[in-house]
Amino acid sequence: MKSLIVCVLFLIPAAFADAQNIYMTKNGKVSFYSRARSPEKVEADNNEVSSVVNTQTGDLVFAILLKSFHFESALMEEHFNENYVESNKFPKSTFKGKVVNLSAINFSKDGAYPVTVEGELTLHGVTKKVSYTGSFIIKAGKINATSKFTIKLKDYNVSIPSLVADKISEDIDVTVDCKYELKS
Amino acid sequence: MKKPFLFLVLLSAVSFRLCAQDDLMKMLEEESRKENKKDYATATFKTTRLINGQSIENVAKGVLDIKISHRFGMINRGTYELFGLDQATMRMGLDYGISDRLMVGIGRSTYQKQYDAFYKFKILRQSTGGRWSSPISISAASSVMLQTLKWEDPKRQNYYTSRISYAHQLIIARKFSEEVSFQLMPSYVHYNLAKAATDPNDIFALGGGGRIKLSKRLSFNVEYYYILPISLVAGEGYRIPGTKNSLAVGFDIETGGHVFQLHFTNSTGMTEKTFITETTGDFFKGDIHFGFNLSRVFTIKNKRFKRQ
Repeated sequence: MKSLIVCVLFLIPAAFADAQNIYMTKNGKVSFYSRARSPEKVEADNNEVSSVVNTQTGDLVFAILLKSFHFESALMEEHFNENYVESNKFPKSTFKGKVVNLSAINFSKDGAYPVTVEGELTLHGVTKKVSYTGSFIIKAGKINATSKFTIKLKDYNVSIPSLVADKISEDIDVTVDCKYELKS
Repeated sequence: MKKPFLFLVLLSAVSFRLCAQDDLMKMLEEESRKENKKDYATATFKTTRLINGQSIENVAKGVLDIKISHRFGMINRGTYELFGLDQATMRMGLDYGISDRLMVGIGRSTYQKQYDAFYKFKILRQSTGGRWSSPISISAASSVMLQTLKWEDPKRQNYYTSRISYAHQLIIARKFSEEVSFQLMPSYVHYNLAKAATDPNDIFALGGGGRIKLSKRLSFNVEYYYILPISLVAGEGYRIPGTKNSLAVGFDIETGGHVFQLHFTNSTGMTEKTFITETTGDFFKGDIHFGFNLSRVFTIKNKRFKRQ
């Protein structure tokens, strides 16, 4: 009985520690833009990105539902899902990684901190080791994470048919903007 | 003493594991499972027409679809007619999406100098997850057709309404997989004026069709309308004498903003009343028309979705 109490006593701080370190968002924003000279802009926004960051260990994960990317053109959106990322076969893009310069960030002090993130990005069934930079803006106990980087479609086996090769660029600029709150 | 200690070690191991990335990922999956988001089946077919008739697809809200369709002559007419290519009937049409569920369209066919107008409304959408998910999609479509040929007998009293006929359809579809989709189309065609006294004014048909995707941008389609032996008036036939059931096979080829549909069919007309009830060609005797539909979409009403 005594040892059980010890158990519980041990576990309570552990549970507390977790709750205090885990920041989450379910409506983060990820946008992308294809830099091609096309009359129709190939760009889309996803405002339903979910992500979690553990401020104690620096672990950071993203889960991005590809069907939630919305384009101005409905047809472009259909083609994106059907022909390019094949979102029925590969519904999600994920990132699993770590903030590598965690010690340089003081989560209890407001301010903007440059961050470097390393991990594995999965898209269209292909996983790649990546490293991106961005920033954490900490304000009133909330974290606003932003980043801009470029991915190559070729790296993820997303092929562009020659017919539209001049309309869609190989290089896709990605913007991330997530506002994390302490997970309750 | 030993057992609870082990228990403690295990439990703290569990809480320690919570820090790992995979567990954070599980946490996200758990959250999305709780939300149980509804996921609608999309792109059951590549375009709003299966071949001759309507498919379950609509154009999206604010999108204009210009459709130009041709049916050449019958290929069994030999080299003199260059296998039918010397003749052509065509339909020009404009379709527009009023909402994501409702589309309307108008068209003009050279065949019988017809004007036509239709609506198509999505009643139920195939979906998974969420409340009221459905294994099938159901749409309703109705069209009105006005033929403007000169009166056959101008001496008798002719009424304008005699030129009009109607078609009503239910479209029941299921996307079985990325590659395979099927649909059934119970249909009803009404003529204000039938040609002969013994011809039916009301004709019932059951259509069926489907597609198999051969590659991401190419699919093989089949469409068949079977005229049902249902007669509302005693003494009338259930179909117009000499007509055959409509059969069409073809390919959808998608290239960016265009969809090309190339097909072979025994029907000449491209409106519901003409291909369902007035098809005279016998597919298996070579009364086959080569034809194509060309579709080009334009997003005209801006941006169903605003970028910040």
